[in-house]
Amino acid sequence: MTSTDSDASPEAMLAFYRHLYPFKSIFNWLNHEHVPTRLFTHREFAFTLQHDVYLRYNSFNTYEDLKKQVCALNPTRFEIGPIYTARPRDKKSVRSAAFTPVKRELVFDIDMTDYDGTRTCCSAADICVRCWAFIAAAVKVLHTALVDQFGFKHILWVYSGRRGIHCWVSDSDAMDLTDEQRRAIVNSLTVIEGGKEMAKKVNVRIGNKALPPSLWPASNTLRLLFDPLILKDQDVFATESNWEILLQLVPDNTITEKLRDKWSNNPSRSSSDKWLDLKRTIHKTYDEGSVEYNRLQNALEDIVLQYTYPRLDAEVSKHRNHLLKAPFCVHPKTGRVCVPVDPLHVDDFNPVTVPTVSGLLREMDESTKNGEEGADWSKTSLQPYVDMLDRHTAEIMDGVRRSKRAAASSDQSW
Amino acid sequence: MFNTKDRKKFVEKQEQSHEGAQIQYPHRLNFYDKPPLYDVTIEEFETCALDRLRVLAEIESSFARNRPWDDLKTVTLAQCQKYVPLNNNTAVTVDVDTQRRNDQLGHFVLRLAFCRSEELRRRFVKAESTLFRVRYDSDDRREREAFLKSRDLDWIEVGDAEKKTYEKELQALEIRKAGEDHTNEERYYKVKWTRVPDLVAKRRVFLRGGSAYVPSREQASIVLQTFEANLTRALENTAKVLPRMDEDTRLVPILNNLSQGFLAGVPSEWNGASTTSDEITADMVDEIAKKHFPMCMRNLHECLMRDRHLKHFGRLQYGLFLKVLGLSIEEAVMFWRKAFSGLTDDKFNKEYKYNIRHSYGLEGKRANYPAKSCQQILLTDKPGPSDCHGCPYRHFAPENLQTSLLATYSSHGLTTSDLPEIMKTVKEGHYHVACTRVFEITHSGGGVKKGEGIGGGESVTHPNQYASRSRELEKSQQDSAMVVE
Repeated sequence: MTSTDSDASPEAMLAFYRHLYPFKSIFNWLNHEHVPTRLFTHREFAFTLQHDVYLRYNSFNTYEDLKKQVCALNPTRFEIGPIYTARPRDKKSVRSAAFTPVKRELVFDIDMTDYDGTRTCCSAADICVRCWAFIAAAVKVLHTALVDQFGFKHILWVYSGRRGIHCWVSDSDAMDLTDEQRRAIVNSLTVIEGGKEMAKKVNVRIGNKALPPSLWPASNTLRLLFDPLILKDQDVFATESNWEILLQLVPDNTITEKLRDKWSNNPSRSSSDKWLDLKRTIHKTYDEGSVEYNRLQNALEDIVLQYTYPRLDAEVSKHRNHLLKAPFCVHPKTGRVCVPVDPLHVDDFNPVTVPTVSGLLREMDESTKNGEEGADWSKTSLQPYVDMLDRHTAEIMDGVRRSKRAAASSDQSW
Repeated sequence: MFNTKDRKKFVEKQEQSHEGAQIQYPHRLNFYDKPPLYDVTIEEFETCALDRLRVLAEIESSFARNRPWDDLKTVTLAQCQKYVPLNNNTAVTVDVDTQRRNDQLGHFVLRLAFCRSEELRRRFVKAESTLFRVRYDSDDRREREAFLKSRDLDWIEVGDAEKKTYEKELQALEIRKAGEDHTNEERYYKVKWTRVPDLVAKRRVFLRGGSAYVPSREQASIVLQTFEANLTRALENTAKVLPRMDEDTRLVPILNNLSQGFLAGVPSEWNGASTTSDEITADMVDEIAKKHFPMCMRNLHECLMRDRHLKHFGRLQYGLFLKVLGLSIEEAVMFWRKAFSGLTDDKFNKEYKYNIRHSYGLEGKRANYPAKSCQQILLTDKPGPSDCHGCPYRHFAPENLQTSLLATYSSHGLTTSDLPEIMKTVKEGHYHVACTRVFEITHSGGGVKKGEGIGGGESVTHPNQYASRSRELEKSQQDSAMVVE
């Protein structure tokens, strides 16, 4: 990445909002219909202006109004909130009891910073293609759970512009969830718990029983990933402090002492070798089928989960009134656009090659020079991403139309 | 209070069915979906409600005192027996119908009293559904089944074919006792997952395409959830029509009185009225921390000094604690500014000052936030992978807890030989007991004996209580030393 690519100057942002930002697609996606409904007019938008001024409780009648305001304020980014019982901009004039959030997409936020300790390639705010494998695993696990277990259909994944990914579920059942039900989903999907000082972060079993069935698909997916990602690519157990953590997770002192001796004498053994050592030692020490053997097999399963299972930022999902950055915003530090990600091809996504503001503006200039016609974004590499959102929206709208028709026909049949 | 036309109709019906004495309330359990459509005296109106209120208030205070479910059940059943007895159908010597009528009447009167605000409704629903659960648990099995059959709870029993398909998954959910083999015996009910959020959160049901497969032993969850949902909806409707009740002189005073009675309970916040609440300055914090802070605050303080930063919930937990300890807003800003020495003034003022002022009630909705109690620290906002807040007794790995305890308190008289006892209580999950024990050990120099706790055998329930008791002890020691001189 060259230094100009990460440029997100106010001038560039303004040009981006004026010519490239797909306001209409965003409107359709939030509104579920072509005619403005409460899903759009009673929806909160919040703007972060240059110099970190934060404006909350904005709402708009049409997407043209939204665009006008965005171009006037030229925010570094803007966020989407819930649908309230009244228009958010009238908040001050209605009774506070009459102003409560009623609907909201079910949202999830996964951030790479929560993976420090299981990734070795980068830390904190950095991200590279290798870290993306963790995000890809998270997307696969969560997407499968949301579709298979909870029966959701309209799920949009959006790259957050730097080191994470957002998920928006727009099913009407999901929009109507109460805070309590959101908390239930989050709790059932959260496996990694405990702070910095807690070694074993996976505690989902009752006693020494098998994993709860809701985690089976995740465990099956992640088991395949553990070898290439954790052992080979990240080589997590290479340093002493890291393999010491691994040993803390093995609930059997005779085994850990054997391994500690062996590994201290051969510090150059690779992570794959160490994992194999662990498995072999268990096999040699205990008979297959014995209580200890099963306990250790369960511990291995838990270790796989601890190193690969998605780490959710739970607070974002639990409350309806939480705000989340809108898709297609620009990350101020990287200049990258927050584009949708196809969950089926998430492995092929490369965060480093995502379109940037300056790159897009350059493409636009060149195409205007060549005299091409059409919407501005359609001349740039943003087009496939806007198309992806539009296709997603078309499915939502189709669902809404169908349920309306069903409601209408059942009304007549009485 | 009820429509006269309805009442007339009901009276007629009642007369018709008078031969069969038990027809009116065939079940002990009641979903309260039919209001009492008969005349009652004002006195009955009030006494039935008051009796029920006593039981509900006891339930509320049980929650506040963190009574385990079994204790709560015994206490509530005893209270019920005293004030609103309800007997099984098999009881012959008592008039079951009158009991059930009073139960229904009391419930509906309290609905009128507690429908007025969101807060009252929430507490009423919680107390009522707990009462329902206690009764449901203690009900005769056959009568309970008859009751469930009489209602349409909108569940689908899972057929054998489907049970076969998900055999493995469903079996993994079973709690099998040793030697017992009851595969395929368990019955399962299919409901929309949103109806059993508690079971979903604990992963106690199998989920497929938005449906939850609930084993029959968890059936109570569905019933309870339905009860709660119905009651919440009914209360909201009552609230809407309540202003139209033309009963200002007779009923409204009684109702006002009733709703007051509920509010009086539950003093769970620790109010910082103590003798040592003198002003503290920013540079005193470090010294006081080393002498008087409980483990959770020591940990936050040390993390702050080490990293020169704390994440959001850490700042919240520590900041509010310091506020109640007596740190004024000016001193607090100074304290945090010094602690975050890695930041520029500009970044500090923009991103952190507002939050500090907010927690002192000077910004936003200007609420005076109380410091977090142990219960809140233990149960809410669990620390994420890189957080430092929470309760060390609960959120540290055992080895790290032991090392930290020794490092922190060995200068106060804590030795390695004390650790096994502390770790045992931690392992059993009595975190506040472990914390209280540490207090006793580290303050044995000040004359605190084992079992005395923070005075009168009370255990630690709030970090500020810990710190302020510790400072009181120090002060009284100094005072007595002076007297001797």
